[in-house]
Amino acid sequence: MNFFDWEFAWEILPRLLDASLKTIGITIAGFSIAIVLGLFLAVGRRSRHRWLSWPMTGLIEFIRSTPLLIQVYFLFFVLPNYGFNLTALQAGIIGIALHYACYTAEVYRAGLDAVPRAQWEAVTALNMKPLNAYRKVILPQALRPILPALGNYMISMLKDTPVLSAITVVEIMQRAKNIGSEHFRYLEPITMVGLFFLILSLGLAWFVRRLENRMELAR
Amino acid sequence: MNELLPLMLQGAWVTVQITFFGSLLAIVAALIGALGRLSPIKPLRWLAIVYIEVFRGSSLLVQLFWLYFVLPMPPFNVSMSAFNVAVIGLGLNIGSYGAEVLRGAIRSVHEGQYEACQALNMTAGQRLRRVILPQALLAAIPPGTNLLIELLKNTSLVSLITLSDLAFRARQLDQATLMTLEIFGLALVMYFVLAQIINFSMRTLERRLARGRMRGGMS
Repeated sequence: MNFFDWEFAWEILPRLLDASLKTIGITIAGFSIAIVLGLFLAVGRRSRHRWLSWPMTGLIEFIRSTPLLIQVYFLFFVLPNYGFNLTALQAGIIGIALHYACYTAEVYRAGLDAVPRAQWEAVTALNMKPLNAYRKVILPQALRPILPALGNYMISMLKDTPVLSAITVVEIMQRAKNIGSEHFRYLEPITMVGLFFLILSLGLAWFVRRLENRMELAR
Repeated sequence: MNELLPLMLQGAWVTVQITFFGSLLAIVAALIGALGRLSPIKPLRWLAIVYIEVFRGSSLLVQLFWLYFVLPMPPFNVSMSAFNVAVIGLGLNIGSYGAEVLRGAIRSVHEGQYEACQALNMTAGQRLRRVILPQALLAAIPPGTNLLIELLKNTSLVSLITLSDLAFRARQLDQATLMTLEIFGLALVMYFVLAQIINFSMRTLERRLARGRMRGGMS
């Protein structure tokens, strides 16, 4: 028997690529939700009102220190008992988005904290409304440290998508496992999935590094 | 509820064991990885880079499946128990992240410290053991704590290679009793408590180790 059966690898490639579209789709959809939701969480956590900032802090810390797998189980198995019927894919995307929103919230918070105090004072002096202040003064400055950090979390999210196979989402990992059990050969499909993640995450990491360098230059 | 708790605690005990042995392996792997990455010998450096990039770049679940499904098959014929796969997979995965953290910490040690070692005529080994590592390890504790919590959360994935940890027990009990909300809620709380224990003990450790540093007159 060959060490690595190239013919078999070539044969299963289309099926893996087909499933990889789902993996990429989940990442894009999940991350789009996470960057928006994270902003709300971050602003909520920084609020002066304790009735808002405390629950937000608690929620963020709780979600960050518990496993994504159990959170996804929670959405997929518990919510239907209360009338929210989600498909596996919906539960998976919402779960992974919520999980990473709590990480992006911390990225935003760090970025906002890095904006010098004088800027906040200037905004107050100009009597700007909070929304305007955020949009016109604070966010543009906070963006520099935020963008590369967000990119890194997007890579992490991509690598976490195989967790969704546990609730029957057929993304690339689950497809590879199915192929493996059909042909009783796991070496090729699982190695190929590993390479898929490796190539994609190294490529994205290179892109993030370039972004980081460019942000340094713009300073 | 009373029947649930003992079984859940049994699962939590497995989770704790995997986290413990996994983190031991991760620390060793991180140390070797970081030293290899900083080594003046080129092949060692390349080896370390390959280890770090492969384990960071391909997804953890893919790595666990590779060790569990591919290794026992023909070209390799290495059969390991699910527990060993879990410890080795998680340890090497988090170790690769740890290597980068440790590399940063080693490089953050002030240049004057190296010069002082040279002035004292220390060998490279003495310098590393007595001067550089004690300072680098202390600096690596806060990011290391985050990695340990990451490791704890990631142990939940071993339930997908049939190990009966906390996540596995939760899923199993859910199918048997249908007390979905209680079971997954309890599992989340248990993971949260474990994460807080790690957090608290690492902070205590850091405070204790930093004491000597203060006495040395360094901030």
